[in-house]
Amino acid sequence: MTWEIVIGLETHVELATKTKIFCACTTAFGGPPNTHCCPVCTGMPGALPVLNKKVLEFAVKAGLALNCSITQHSRFDRKNYFYPDLPKAYQISQLYLPIARDGAVSIHTGAENKTVRIHELHMEEDAGKLIHDPWLDQTRADYNRCGVPLIEIVTEPDFRTAYEVVAYLEKLKETLQYLGVSDCKMQEGSLRCDVNLSVRPMGSMELGTRTEMKNLNSFKSIVRAIDYEAKRQIELIEEGKRVIQETRRWDENKDATYAMRSKENAQDYRYFPEPDLPPVELSQNDLDELRATQPELAEAKRARYQRDYSLPLYDCQMLTSDKALAAFFERLVALGTPPKQGANWIMGEVLGALSQRAMEAKDMALTAPTLARLIALVDEGRLNRNTAVKVFEAVFDTDQDVDEYVTAHNLEQVNDSRLVLEACVKVLQAHPQSVSDYRSGKEKAFGFMVGQAMRELKGKANPQTVNAALRELLET
Amino acid sequence: MELREFTALELGAAIKKGETSVPEATQAALDRISTQDKALNAFITIAGEQALDRAKALQTGVKGADSPLYGVPMAIKDNICTCGMKTSCASKILGDFTPPYDATVVEKLTEAGAVSLGKLNMDEFAMGSTSETSFYAPVKNPWDLSRVPGGSSGGGAAAVAAGMGWYAIGSDTGGSIRQPASFCGVTGIKPTYGTVSRYGLVAYASSLDQIGPLCRDAADCAAVLDTLMGRDPRDATSLDGPYGRLLETLTGDVRGLKIGLPSECFGEGLDREVKSAVLTMADALKSRGAEVMELSFPVIEYAVPAYYIIAAAEASSNLSRFDGVKYGWRAPQYDGLEDLYRKTRTQGFGAEVKRRVLLGTFVLSSGYYDAYYQKALQVKAVIKNAFDQAFRLCDLLLTPTAPTTAPKLAASLGDPLQMYLSDINTVSANLAGLPALSMPCGFDAQGLPIGAQLIAPHFGEGTLLNTAHAFQLDTNWHRLTPRGGKTI
Amino acid sequence: MIDTELIDYIAGLSRLELDAGERQVMTTQLEQIIAYMDVLNQLDTAGVEPMSHVFPVKNVLREDEVMPSQVRYELLAGSPAGDKEAFLVPKAVE
Repeated sequence: MTWEIVIGLETHVELATKTKIFCACTTAFGGPPNTHCCPVCTGMPGALPVLNKKVLEFAVKAGLALNCSITQHSRFDRKNYFYPDLPKAYQISQLYLPIARDGAVSIHTGAENKTVRIHELHMEEDAGKLIHDPWLDQTRADYNRCGVPLIEIVTEPDFRTAYEVVAYLEKLKETLQYLGVSDCKMQEGSLRCDVNLSVRPMGSMELGTRTEMKNLNSFKSIVRAIDYEAKRQIELIEEGKRVIQETRRWDENKDATYAMRSKENAQDYRYFPEPDLPPVELSQNDLDELRATQPELAEAKRARYQRDYSLPLYDCQMLTSDKALAAFFERLVALGTPPKQGANWIMGEVLGALSQRAMEAKDMALTAPTLARLIALVDEGRLNRNTAVKVFEAVFDTDQDVDEYVTAHNLEQVNDSRLVLEACVKVLQAHPQSVSDYRSGKEKAFGFMVGQAMRELKGKANPQTVNAALRELLET
Repeated sequence: MELREFTALELGAAIKKGETSVPEATQAALDRISTQDKALNAFITIAGEQALDRAKALQTGVKGADSPLYGVPMAIKDNICTCGMKTSCASKILGDFTPPYDATVVEKLTEAGAVSLGKLNMDEFAMGSTSETSFYAPVKNPWDLSRVPGGSSGGGAAAVAAGMGWYAIGSDTGGSIRQPASFCGVTGIKPTYGTVSRYGLVAYASSLDQIGPLCRDAADCAAVLDTLMGRDPRDATSLDGPYGRLLETLTGDVRGLKIGLPSECFGEGLDREVKSAVLTMADALKSRGAEVMELSFPVIEYAVPAYYIIAAAEASSNLSRFDGVKYGWRAPQYDGLEDLYRKTRTQGFGAEVKRRVLLGTFVLSSGYYDAYYQKALQVKAVIKNAFDQAFRLCDLLLTPTAPTTAPKLAASLGDPLQMYLSDINTVSANLAGLPALSMPCGFDAQGLPIGAQLIAPHFGEGTLLNTAHAFQLDTNWHRLTPRGGKTI
Repeated sequence: MIDTELIDYIAGLSRLELDAGERQVMTTQLEQIIAYMDVLNQLDTAGVEPMSHVFPVKNVLREDEVMPSQVRYELLAGSPAGDKEAFLVPKAVE
């Protein structure tokens, strides 16, 4: 029998706000335990939550970008359960009226396009971090993360392969980064995924019993966990056993999922409307305003670059792989750099320099006007390409003025044909063997002489001028 | 007249004029506490030294003081967070919990120059109508030590009645200011929901809780509310409003005011003497030019069940944070995390709290939410609507605060449902978020105070206080204090 | 409708233990209280919007501006078990 895998995702994304969702503590990653805390986020008696404006704005922007309908009358609910990472013993979340619903995301896997439906998107607070201390045999609770704002994005069970899941997550990541609502750093836990998975005989319309996998924090572990869990479920059914609906944890080291200790009564969360927070209401006007400030997303940019700048798809993908990089490119073009030249410099030198330094584009010192000027100097024939690359390397970390640098280091291209001619004559005199080699048909010798001439001119000459001068001398 | 017989405003004026000093008044209150409180048990924490230090410091600023209550000693219910001073909610589970921050109302009182004498006893987590569910033993009624002072702000009502401080800050979720005010012969007001910040009030039922004062008379209540009211950015449910002018608008003029008497509140189950005292008060207001009318308010029958469902539901969630991990008391012996939770909560909460937590968990649990919690929220809407209708006919409602005067100690504990039902007249104001006041309007044959309740539309504190003030201009019930008799 | 089984279930959710005597008393009392609450069914509330907030207040929001956090030792001072850095609980990590 062939089996179909059916997957739905619940993705928690940390919003890039400065403060927590319900108090003014910082959301900065890390920090000594319990130093980003106050009475509100540690659930002190009498403390009350107040919603961060930016959280609402970011959630709505995310909802709009995922083509959701925004709930104009939304509110928060309490989800009640006891656990030491949850100091109030309830999480403020949204069950009954989530901020956004019924969205759709289109993904590309290979040649195919597919639409993944978004069931809902809601706002909630993150829980704290528990670290077991083997020395004390006790668990230490650190509440720095308590109250960090999250959006949870729940899809319909629309995925059939791990690759679709990864394509969706990449699209999600790209979209949220472009919106500026999250940095989506998986390694810092700002994008986390729960995978709901079931299997059914191919062609069946009924859904099988699903399991939920938690603790997936890299694309690699998502793919491996899906493969493992699908295989496990298929084997169970083929052996005539049943899949149990349960939560399973992916163990990165053992490369396997295992059932989490089922918490007694864990399912009865006794949700009810949060009495401490008044509802959120958004007028059509509010929504129109937010929609108007939505930035152009990567997909739209790619289409525009292809259309307006006639760039190949590959270039467009590279340029839009990072929001800051795309912005850099657009600034270059706005400064008059020919798009293809700008793209080449970015894909070659800029990306190279970044990867060499393990840096992100948004942290780069080099500004677009500097690179634009450098490219212009090459175009004007005042720098040759090789020298320009050296200048690029020199100014990349400092954003130093290119003209100043070129002058200070006397790098301007030698276009004076008399100087070039003198240098070439010198080379011919110094290397008679090469001259005769060339004349006997060894083209390689010509390359050597060009090199020698460039050296004589300290690398600053226009190579074309040198070529022409040498040929002329040798032919006559 | 002794200092303790002054109202808070009279004392404030005497301090301002230099007729007495802040330390003198504070010492007088502390002396009174030391002679009275062994019997009454109104205080959980008496902060004598701190109060005297504060009094001395305040005395130097008397001249420049703005507040008419500057330098007046008072006390705070023990469910309101006081930075550096134990806040127990009268529960074992909070242990010696000392908040690292002040409630907004405490900040405001401090700024106005209040002297805090300490923290007041109450029903555990404000759950109860008798102040007997306290882990720190019951409070006694100063008018008769064999009787309860009412609850849950029983410590505050008893302290003010016995002259242990000139006013008290309480909280009212279903009558917890008004009913003890009634039983102890003081004036107490629960303001409109959202007008006084709840930041720092340990929540019982968040959508119903409201902080308010218990005082000698309506004018004192006005002055305290002028200090407490105001929108607080730390409480998202707090409201904007024109605040701070209650005291200056007390005129005693009630001409043309329409006062409605809901017939349902004067029927079966109402003590005869209580009824007669409240009706006499209605007549007194009439003689000052108010118009008194009877009206029907049938939905009041649904107020108690709706109230207990909503309050218990919210309480079950609000009290989940008391688990022996972050603050307060932890059970000495347990086996693992789950057992730590169960042992701490089982041994840390008293019976009434457990009853309400269980009730609240039940009404929210899977399968019962719609039938109970959702239904109660609908009934709340119906009750609010019924008040809106009633306030088209009249400006205020007048009812007895409680159907009886103070019962004997221990009489209510065996039958919780009976105790809940005695809240019939007070809970609907909480459900609808309305301001409501209780004031003394007479005594029964046993010498126990009788309380009358006035309910006004939202933001109607001015009307409430002015009406009470009018009555207090003509009567002296509010100036009587328990003394000399066999009990105290 | 309220039986000891249901009482055990909600006691479990509430993290409360009831001994045999308490269990019986609570069952009886809650049964009475809940039976009394059924009086609400006499009131027709069809079409009535459940009211969680009594005032139509909405959009009470805070600007996204960082304020200093509480000093750690003040937060931890009341902890029945903890050290200078964290709250401590029996093993909770799986």
